Amino acid sequence: MKLSLVGVSHHQAPVELRERVALDGPAAAGLARLLARGREAVVLSTCNRTELYLAADGEPSLGPLAVETLLELAGPDGPALEPVLYRLEDESAALHLFRVAAGLDSLIPGEGEILGQVRDAFETGRPGPLLDRLFRTALHAGRRARVETAIGESPASVPAAAAALAQQVFDDLSGRQVVLVGAGKVSELTARNLRSRGAAVVAVANRTPAHGAELAQQIGARSVGLDGIAGELAGADVVVSSTSAPGFVFTVEGIGAALRARRGKPLLLVDLAVPRDVDPALAQIDGCFVYDIDDLEAVVESSLAGRRAEAVRAERVVAAEAERFREWHASLAVVPAIASLRARAEAIRASELARAEGRLDRLPESDRRVVEAVTAQIVNKLLHLPTVRMKEAAVTSEGVVYAEVVRHLFGLGEEEEA
Amino acid sequence: MAELLIWPALIAYGEAAVAYAGELRGPGRGGRLGTWGVRLGWVAQTGLLVAQALASDGFPWSTWAGALNLFVWLVVGLYLIWGCRPRYRLLGLAVMPVAAGLLLLAWAGGGTGVDTADEPGALLAVHVALMLAGFAGFTVAGGMAALYLWEERRLKRRDARVLRLKLPPLQALDRLAARVAAAGLALLSAGIVVGLATLDRGDVDAAMVVTVGIWALYAAALLLRREAAVGGRRAAWLLLFGLALVAVVLPITHFAS
Repeated sequence: MKLSLVGVSHHQAPVELRERVALDGPAAAGLARLLARGREAVVLSTCNRTELYLAADGEPSLGPLAVETLLELAGPDGPALEPVLYRLEDESAALHLFRVAAGLDSLIPGEGEILGQVRDAFETGRPGPLLDRLFRTALHAGRRARVETAIGESPASVPAAAAALAQQVFDDLSGRQVVLVGAGKVSELTARNLRSRGAAVVAVANRTPAHGAELAQQIGARSVGLDGIAGELAGADVVVSSTSAPGFVFTVEGIGAALRARRGKPLLLVDLAVPRDVDPALAQIDGCFVYDIDDLEAVVESSLAGRRAEAVRAERVVAAEAERFREWHASLAVVPAIASLRARAEAIRASELARAEGRLDRLPESDRRVVEAVTAQIVNKLLHLPTVRMKEAAVTSEGVVYAEVVRHLFGLGEEEEA
Repeated sequence: MAELLIWPALIAYGEAAVAYAGELRGPGRGGRLGTWGVRLGWVAQTGLLVAQALASDGFPWSTWAGALNLFVWLVVGLYLIWGCRPRYRLLGLAVMPVAAGLLLLAWAGGGTGVDTADEPGALLAVHVALMLAGFAGFTVAGGMAALYLWEERRLKRRDARVLRLKLPPLQALDRLAARVAAAGLALLSAGIVVGLATLDRGDVDAAMVVTVGIWALYAAALLLRREAAVGGRRAAWLLLFGLALVAVVLPITHFAS
C-alpha cells in the first residue's frame, strides 16, 4: 500500500501562494471526499499549510494526482506554486505528519493548535486502513511529545507571557482581580489570556471613556476614568497598562503610598506601552513586580529558546513513533502472503476432513470435535513460526522476497491463475 | 551488616543533590533522577533506622549523632511529601545537600551504627522524636523560604528565564512555608510539654532556653502573619532567621552545656 503526501507550507511558500490553496473545514472535507474514490484521502489545511494525504492499494504513487489537484486549486497561480510543493512518500510522509502533529514543523515549536487541526482533518477526511493508522499514530506522537517534553509548556507570545508571570506570582488566578489601563489590542489580548486562566477583569480605565466602556462591557468589567485608577489599586492583583501617554502614568510619587499600604501583598504591573506607563522604580516597593514590553519579549524569547531545546527531545519521540509506523507499514507487504498461506492450509485441512468423513461419522460427536481441534492445532503450530519469521523479515528489506518465496513454495495463487 | 545501609542512603542523597543542581540547566531528567535518589535513599535510611531500633533495648538516637540521623530522615520524609511533584522539585536544591551533609556528619559522629548507646525511657523517646520532627518542619519551611526569596529576586530582576526554570509560584511557597512552620511549631510545642514532664527541677540549661526562644520566634512569626498580614519576604526572612537559630545556635548551646 502506497502513501503519498503533497503539500505546501510556510517554509517555502509566502502567504500569497498559501492562501490560494487554503481550505476551510467543509471545503477540506469535500475535497477529501472527491479524492477518495477507491482510495484513502485526508486533507489538512491550516493557515500555515495545505497538505493532501492519499493512499491506495496497487497504484504506484498518487503524488501526481495530488499535485494536479493542488495546482487546479491554485488556478492562475499554479505555475508559481509548483516549485514550492513538497512531495513525500511512505516513511518520509509519515515522519512529516508526525512532526507536524508534534508542532515541530510549526512557526512556534510545540504550538498546541496544530494537534486539534490534525484531528479535525482526520475526522472529516476519508481514511482507510493506512491513513487511519497513520493519523492515529500521528495524534499519539503529538500527545507524547507534549507530555514527555516541555515543548508546549512555556508561553510563546507577550499576552501569554504576562498571564504566565501572573501565575508564577499568584499560583491560582481564580478570583484574582485585574485592572486594565488603556484599551489597546495587546492589553485586551492579555486580559483575555488572564481571564482564560481564572482571573477577573474588574475595571477598564481609559482616556477615551467610550472606548474603555465598550471593552469593559465586552469582558464584564466596570469602566473608570484614568483619574480613578488609584482607587482600583487597593484590591487589584494585576494591572495591565497600555496607554499612549507621553510619560509615566504610574509613579512612586503617585501610587507609592498606596502600594506601601498593601503591606507586601503582591501586585504585578504589566507595562505594554511605549513610551512606558510604569516607573521602574516602583519595583523597589515590597511585593511590587514591574514588567515592561522588553522584559516580556525577553521572557518570550527565552521560552522559545527553551522550546527549541525541547524540540530535540521531541524529535526523538517522533522518530520512535515513525519507526513503529514503518514496521507496521512494512508488515503490510507480507500480510497477503500470510493470509493466502493460512487459507491454503485451512482448505487442505477441511478437504482432508471431508475425505475422511465416512470414517469419522462412526465416531461419537465428542471425538469428532477432538479431531477437529487437533487438526486445527497442528495447522496453527506448523504455521506459527513461518508467520512470525515473515513478519520479522517484513520490517527489513527482505520482506517482499520472503513473501515471494512462500508463494512459490506453497503454490499460492496458482489455482486462481489456473 | 545493617549499618552498611548508611552508604546507599548517603550515595542516593548525594546523587539527588547533584541531580537537582542539573535541573537548573533545564527541567527533565535531572529532576526525575533527583527524586528517585531521594526515594531510594530514604528507603535505605528507613531500613537503617529500623535495624537500629530492632537492635536497641531503649531509644537508639539519644546521642547528638543518632539524633542527627533521625532528624535527616524526618527532613527528607517531609520533603518527599512535596518533592515528588515536578513543580516542587527544586526545593530539593535547598534540602538535599543539607540532608546529605548532615547524614555524613551523623555517620562521622557514630550515630548510624546499629550498636549505639541506648538510653531507656519512653517519655524521653517521645520528647526527642517530637522535638526533632518540629525542627525538621522548621528546616523544610526554611528551605521553602529560601526558595521564596530566590524566586522573588528573579521576578524583581525580571529574569528572562523565570518561566523556563520554573520554581513554585511565590504565593504557593509563602503559604506552604507558613503551614509547614505551623506544623513544626505544633510538634515542637508537644515536644516541650513532654520534655517538661521529664525535667528535674533546676535542670534548665542554655539549649532549653534557646529552644524556648526558637519556639517564641516561630509563634510570633505565625501570629504576625495571621494578625498583621506579615507575609511574603518579611515572613521568609523570619523563617530563615529561625532556621539559623536551629542550625547554628542550638547545636552550639547544646555542646556548650
